[in-house]
Amino acid sequence: MDYSAFRQFADSWGLLYLFLLFVGVIAFTFRPGSKKTAEEIAQIPLKEDNDDV
Amino acid sequence: MRNGTEPIILGAATLLAVLGAAFAQDELFRIHAWILVAILAATTIVLMRRVEFAPAGQTLPPKDTSGYMDDVIRYGTIATVFWGVTGFLVGVVIAAQLAWPILNIEPWFNFGRLRPLHTSAVIFAFGGNALICTSFYVVQRTCRARLFGGSLVWFVFWGYQLFIVMAATGYLLGTTQSKEYAEPEWYVDLWLTIVWMAYLIVYLGTIVRRKEPHIYVANWFYLSFIITVAMLHLVNNAAVPVSFLGVKSYSAFAGVQDALTQWWYGHNAVGFFLTAGFLGMMYYFVPKQANRPVYSYRLSIIHFWALIFLYIWAGPHHLHYTALPDWAQTLGMVFSIMLWMPSWGGMINGLMTLQGAWDKLRTDPVLRMMVMSLAFYGMSTFEGPMMSIKAVNSLSHYTDWTIGHVHSGALGWNGMVTFGALYYLVPKLWNRERLYSLQLVNWHLWLATLGIVIYAAVMWVAGITQGLMWREYDDQGFLVNSFVETVSAIHPEYVMRTVGGLLYLTGALVMVYNVWRTIRGDVRQEKAMGGLSTTSGTAAAAAQ
Repeated sequence: MDYSAFRQFADSWGLLYLFLLFVGVIAFTFRPGSKKTAEEIAQIPLKEDNDDV
Repeated sequence: MRNGTEPIILGAATLLAVLGAAFAQDELFRIHAWILVAILAATTIVLMRRVEFAPAGQTLPPKDTSGYMDDVIRYGTIATVFWGVTGFLVGVVIAAQLAWPILNIEPWFNFGRLRPLHTSAVIFAFGGNALICTSFYVVQRTCRARLFGGSLVWFVFWGYQLFIVMAATGYLLGTTQSKEYAEPEWYVDLWLTIVWMAYLIVYLGTIVRRKEPHIYVANWFYLSFIITVAMLHLVNNAAVPVSFLGVKSYSAFAGVQDALTQWWYGHNAVGFFLTAGFLGMMYYFVPKQANRPVYSYRLSIIHFWALIFLYIWAGPHHLHYTALPDWAQTLGMVFSIMLWMPSWGGMINGLMTLQGAWDKLRTDPVLRMMVMSLAFYGMSTFEGPMMSIKAVNSLSHYTDWTIGHVHSGALGWNGMVTFGALYYLVPKLWNRERLYSLQLVNWHLWLATLGIVIYAAVMWVAGITQGLMWREYDDQGFLVNSFVETVSAIHPEYVMRTVGGLLYLTGALVMVYNVWRTIRGDVRQEKAMGGLSTTSGTAAAAAQ
C-alpha cells in the first residue's frame, strides 16, 4: 500500500472506526444503570488501607 | 540457600561490562562501560552479602509474602525526593548559566550537557520514580492484591535507577542522540525497554490477581501510561548503532519523518508520562486526602477515553511552519484545541471532589497542595492548546514563552501533585501518626507557588519580548534586531527566573527536612491550621 492509499484509508475508514469506537465508549459509559455501578467503583479507594490483602 | 541467583547474574553482567570496556570502539563507550562496571561490581558485593544459608540439615523458613509489598515503595519515595531535589538544583544551575554565562564550566558542566540532565532528572528520574512508586501503591490498594512478580519488582526499581544513572552520566560525558527528552543512546534505550517490560508485567500481573471485581480508574490511567510510553519509546528510538560496542547510532527515520516521529514521541511524553500517569495519581490521592469519592466516576471514564483518543494526534503542533505538510500541522492544532475538553473535565472532576468538603482546605495544607496542582493543571492545559493555534504559535514558538508554559505544567501540576502524594504516603508507609509538621507543608506550598508564579510570569514577558523583536521589520523589509540584541533585552528576566527556581528548590528542601523528620518518627508540637485551638493531634488526643 503506497502512501496516498494508506492516507486515504486512514482519513476515511480509519477515522470513521475511531469515531464510532469513541461514541460507543461514551454510550456505554452512560448506559442505563451505569450510575449505580460507577458509584460503587468510586468507593474502592475509600475502603480499608493497610490491612489484609 | 536463598538470594543466590542474583549475585551470580550480577557478577556475570559485571564481567560482560568489563569486556565492553576492553573492546570499546570509542572513548565515550569505554568510560561509560567502566562506570557500569563500578556500579555492577558494587551491586554484586551488596547482593552477595544478602545470600542466606540454612543451618546444616535444616531449611530456611519461607519468606513472608503476605500483605502488601511496601518496601519497594518506601525506596521509591526516597528516590523521588532525592531525584526531585537533584533535578531542581540542576535547573537552578542552568538558569544561572543563562543569566551569567561565565558559570558554564567546559566541557562537562556547560549548558548543552546540563540541560538534558535537568529535563531527564525532573521528568524521568523525579516524575518516573513518583509514577512507579505511587502506581505500585495504588494498584495494590485498589486491587486489594500484593504486587505480582516478587524480585521482579525490585528489578524494576533498581533497573530504572541504573537507567537514570547511565543516562545522566552519558549526558555529562557528551553522548546524545539529539532527540529532545529521548537523548540517551541506543544501548541505554535498550536497557530501559527491558526494565519497562518488567514494569508492565508487574503491573498487569497485579491487576490480574485483583480481588476487587472492578479496575479502579486510577489504574486505567497508570496502565495507559505504561503501555503508551513503551510504544513511544520503541518507535522513536528505532536506530541503527554504528558498532555494537560504540555509542553512536543513526535514527531509522530521516528528515521530516524523523522530526514528526520525535514530536509524536515528545508530545505524548507530555500526554502519557506527565498527564495520564499523574492523573492516575490524582484520581487516587485527591479522594483519599479529601476522604470523599471522586466527584463523578463516569466523568473520569469519559476523561480517560477522550484524553487517550485525542492526545496521540497533538504532536505536530511542535512543527508549525516547518517542512511538515500543512494538513498535518492543522491536524495537530485541531486535536490540541479539542484537548481542552477532557483536560478541563478532569480538572473540574478533581476539584469538585471537594464539594461539601471545601472547609478542609483551611486545615489541611496537603489537600491545599493537591488543589493548587489541579489549578495549575487547568491553567497549563488552557495555555497549551492556545499556543498550538498557528497564529499564536508564530509568536510563541522558539521563545521562552514555551519554557514558561512547560514549567507551569511541570512545577505546578506534576510537582505539586507529587508533593501532595508524598506527604500522604510518608506517614502511611512508615506507620507514623502524621507528618512531622503541617506548617512546613504550608511553607513548601507557598514557596513553590511563589516560585512558579515568578518563573511563569517572567518567561511570558521574556517570550513575548523575543517573539516581537524577532519579527520586527523596518520599512525597507530588513529585520530590526540582531539575535544578540534579543538576548540582552531579556537578561533581567533570566535573572528573575533563577530567583523563581531558587524559591521552588527551597520549598523542596523544606520538604526533605519534613520527610526526614517524619521518617525518624518526630512530631512537631504546633498550632493546628485554620485557627483551631488544639496544639497538635497528639496533644488533643492526650487531653481527652
